[in-house]
Amino acid sequence: MILELRGVHRTHGTGETAVHALRGVDIGVAPGELVAVMGPSGSGKSTLLNLAGGLDSPSQGAVLVEGEVLGDLNRKQLARMRRRHVGYVFQDLNLLASLTAVENAALPLELDGMAVRKARKLAEAALEEVGLADLARRFPDEMSGGQQQRVAIARALVGERRLVLADEPTGALDSTTGEAVLRLLRNRVDAGSAGVLVTHEARHAAWADRVVFLRDGVVVDTTSPVGEPEQLLEAKA
Amino acid sequence: MSIRHGLLALLERGPMYGYQLRAAFEESTGATWPLNIGQVYTTLSRLERDGLVRPLPENDGGQRPYQLTDLGRAEITVWFVTPISRTDRPRDELAIKLALALTTPGVDVRAVVQTQRTSTIQTLQELTRLKNRSDKPSDLSWRLILDAMVFQAEAEVRWLDHCEASLLRHQPSALTPTPAPEGADTDDRTEANR
Ligand SMILES: Nc1ncnc2c1ncn2[C@@H]1O[C@H](COP(=O)(O)OP(=O)(O)OP(=O)(O)O)[C@@H](O)[C@H]1O
Ligand SMILES: [Mg+2]
Repeated sequence: MILELRGVHRTHGTGETAVHALRGVDIGVAPGELVAVMGPSGSGKSTLLNLAGGLDSPSQGAVLVEGEVLGDLNRKQLARMRRRHVGYVFQDLNLLASLTAVENAALPLELDGMAVRKARKLAEAALEEVGLADLARRFPDEMSGGQQQRVAIARALVGERRLVLADEPTGALDSTTGEAVLRLLRNRVDAGSAGVLVTHEARHAAWADRVVFLRDGVVVDTTSPVGEPEQLLEAKA
Repeated sequence: MSIRHGLLALLERGPMYGYQLRAAFEESTGATWPLNIGQVYTTLSRLERDGLVRPLPENDGGQRPYQLTDLGRAEITVWFVTPISRTDRPRDELAIKLALALTTPGVDVRAVVQTQRTSTIQTLQELTRLKNRSDKPSDLSWRLILDAMVFQAEAEVRWLDHCEASLLRHQPSALTPTPAPEGADTDDRTEANR
């Protein structure tokens, strides 16, 4: 397993005003596996992803990335784990306004100590993958919402991330561009990474090997592994 | 869509006999709709009766090709330019089922919704796999048919999400399994259903 959530609870606040964002979630994501998380607004999807990415810690239970309990790592180790192994597409993008597209995409690698030239080169390749090679020198406010989103995706995929976490990565994209992004994610996972995709769109969740349904902080259902497609056609006939 | 119009559209390409029609039909619909040869012949004889196709002399192999008549050509033109009406499609069993679930005491509507959602998304996963198997340009028409199924399934999921959200807002009680209707509970539901 690249990612494991074991009996994870997350409560925001205390007493009367406490919000139980997650209430006992168990999920494992193996190499080569893409798991989609669906659920109504407020069901705990982003909370789950933040925990998986080590941006937040559980009130109870454990989160493991590549077998390491995140709670046992010190700040420095955790930061390193995040930069090196985890690619994250946030719901609110989080591009730095003062950096160009390629600088934004190269940032995690540079922070990790990679030489600037090499990092930029990899970032350019990632931008090319999302169809933005020509916009590499633009700043976020010089790009459309969908283009910014693709920069955020390039940033999450750059380098050798073993775990890719994406929170609504197709939000501002039209259906063909959205599909291109999913294909990138799928390819990365097929190459051996683990992926978690939060989405409202069933059509996009369908790219996953497993779809997990969250409601009120609890997993209420999961699709079973995908069968052979031929059965589907026979059933329709 | 009817097989009738499918065959007429294929004959627009030129005369064909039964087995050719069947193969062409399956090729252009990507085998999403297998036909048996009996259906093809029955349809052809009805088309002939209605003057939309005419049989040609048998070829050396003993197969009889059919050709589109002017009437048939007109029919297929009209078919292509006329939108398909949603109301001509069969009644939506799922919508009826949910409506009944809502008004039937003791049914966990939320579970009905979730069971359907899981199943539909599973179908979507299978369709997506199938679609991603090939990206040859020659498979475009087949991928577009799969896309149609994908978008329909997606619409169903969105409708289910909508149902669940509406239920939560207007009738939270319907979302928890209700005990068998005895006394006040029944009144509650009538109230909420108004
Ligand atoms: N920092 C916080 N403090 C208090 N409550 C929070 C905090 N972050 C999230 N919550 C609450 O936790 C619950 C889950 O939030 P979360 O962001 O995980 O939902 P979500 O499933 O991602 O929703 P959406 O689809 O709208 O993005 C919500 O009720 C939210 O209000
Ligand atoms: Mg969220």
